[in-house]
Amino acid sequence: MNRIASAFQNKKAFIGFITAGDPDLSRTPEFILQMVRGGADLIEVGIPFSDPIAEGPVIQDANVRALSKGCTTDQVFDMVKEVRRQSDVPIVFMTYLNVLFKYGYEKFCDRCVECGADGMIIPDMPYEEREELLPIARAHDLRLISMIAPTSKERIRMIAKEAEGFIYVVSSMGVTGMRNDIKTDIGSMIEEIRAVTDTPAAVGFGIHTRAQVEEYEKIADGSIVGSAIVRIIAEYGENAGEKLYDYVAEMTGKR
Amino acid sequence: MSKGRFGIHGGQYIPETLMNEIIKLEEAYDHYKNDPEFVAELQRLMETYAGRPSLLYYAENMTRDLGGAKIYFKREDLNHTGSHKINNCLGQALLAKKMGKTRLIAETGAGQHGVATATVAALLGMECEIFMGKLDTERQALNVYRMELLGAKVHPVESGTATLKDAVNECMREWTNRVADTHYVLGSVMGPHPFPTIVRDFQSVISREARAQILELEGKLPDVVMACVGGGSNAMGMFYNFVEDKEVQLIGCEAAGRGVDTDRTAATIATGSEGVFHGMKSYFCQNEYGQIAPVYSISAGLDYPGIGPEHAYLHDIGRAQYVPVTDDEAVDAFEYIARQEGIVAAIESSHAVAHLMKIAPKMRKDQIIICCLSGRGDKDVAAIARYRGKELYE
Repeated sequence: MNRIASAFQNKKAFIGFITAGDPDLSRTPEFILQMVRGGADLIEVGIPFSDPIAEGPVIQDANVRALSKGCTTDQVFDMVKEVRRQSDVPIVFMTYLNVLFKYGYEKFCDRCVECGADGMIIPDMPYEEREELLPIARAHDLRLISMIAPTSKERIRMIAKEAEGFIYVVSSMGVTGMRNDIKTDIGSMIEEIRAVTDTPAAVGFGIHTRAQVEEYEKIADGSIVGSAIVRIIAEYGENAGEKLYDYVAEMTGKR
Repeated sequence: MSKGRFGIHGGQYIPETLMNEIIKLEEAYDHYKNDPEFVAELQRLMETYAGRPSLLYYAENMTRDLGGAKIYFKREDLNHTGSHKINNCLGQALLAKKMGKTRLIAETGAGQHGVATATVAALLGMECEIFMGKLDTERQALNVYRMELLGAKVHPVESGTATLKDAVNECMREWTNRVADTHYVLGSVMGPHPFPTIVRDFQSVISREARAQILELEGKLPDVVMACVGGGSNAMGMFYNFVEDKEVQLIGCEAAGRGVDTDRTAATIATGSEGVFHGMKSYFCQNEYGQIAPVYSISAGLDYPGIGPEHAYLHDIGRAQYVPVTDDEAVDAFEYIARQEGIVAAIESSHAVAHLMKIAPKMRKDQIIICCLSGRGDKDVAAIARYRGKELYE
């Protein structure tokens, strides 16, 4: 059974992102579990890639740290398997298409099922290019998460209509990273989405404060936080576990 | 299968944020490429500003010295700004202007494309920002100042390997950040559709001229047409109008760096495998997990881990042949053509000259080679001197 829907059941979802292998893969399971303890409803696990074109400097640096420690896709699968022994939290991979392509779509999806992942977010695979992966993902009961951007406009309905799992609503132009001033009219983007689908919509890119989470909880089904989490790991390194719990608990209003 | 395919290669593997812009670009290009006014305006700039048509030069000394095929050079080095890059920049900037854009951004490796973009931006009164790997800003310092002189802002890119691929990454990031008034002047036949087609079309003037020129001069088609290949824009331009002439052999010369059996190479066809990167499916230098490899070449312009999708297709169907050329061979050729013909060719183009030196002696005297001299080598003089152990700095 795919676990993604449970993240949105009768609640607003808090989605936390972490780059696997940063600063060392042996720390990643604990970091994930601390985020879950802090109230994260879904975890996005970044499989590091050499050239993450949708990421700002904070997550770029995390990719460099993970790769320089030799983190591989196979090791990330094993790591998720370890998390699965202790938690049923929905997990989706966030990575770039070449990581899947080179691994082999079929084999990649097999390993997702085996380790207990529920789907993937691939920022360089737009709607038009999904066909080469979508049937394979579906056959494995994995969700290929669709992204909608501030520039999507008339594409919103087309994308939303076929979206599954949840919809990743990109709050801002540009790359990932903390922002204090998000100007996009996310409310009307969500309205467009609602007109054609019940698939939950979560807002990401730039979110780093509890106030922002509260704002988006009013109009959307969840919030996605990445760079702010990764920055804590950059600052505290191997000892970031407790700090991650504190931050996520604060963001989810658990404290 | 999505749009913009060359066999299995090509496509539009880009963030959703850019999709509408890419679709708009395709629509604008489809409209303006057949618009008589646009075509005439571009033609006028090509002739009066870029200096087209470029010469097809018979290299008599090299022909005699190498003792085989008759050698012709297509002199793109004589274009304004010193390389073939101006062909594409004029076309794209004019298109961008028609689309209402006021700002151009571009990546650059050796600086040739950056200089050409900055030049055209100055000419057309547009804002210009260039992204260049930090390492490249150091080895091509003169071109950095040249771009600044032309009114462009140059951003040294420190991420990753601090070379051309990272400059492309940063340029794509900047484009997703500010797309409404900005056009990304992609410099090679790569990236998401429609760029590989647009750039190839604007560069195809090279082979359109060369084909007519050789028929005029020799009354027959050449036996070999060759060019250096990084992303592959001068090669695609040089090949395009000969692709249907099945008897013409097409050869692309890749940068092998220290050699294809080392990890200090940028020869994508020789050492790469199929992948998806920078918006396209094609061949890339990468490891078993799809991590893009840090590539190396003495030539900043060929120091790229991928190749344009149409080249990947020409390789797949066997229509074009791709051969690796090492740093050493390219530097030898750089010096050889200077002494033989009095032409200081770019170190990029010298990769093609190096392979020409291998094949010309084995060919008959009634056979013809056309080699594209994609750029001039003034920018490389100091680096070549250092390669030869002379401490010369610009």
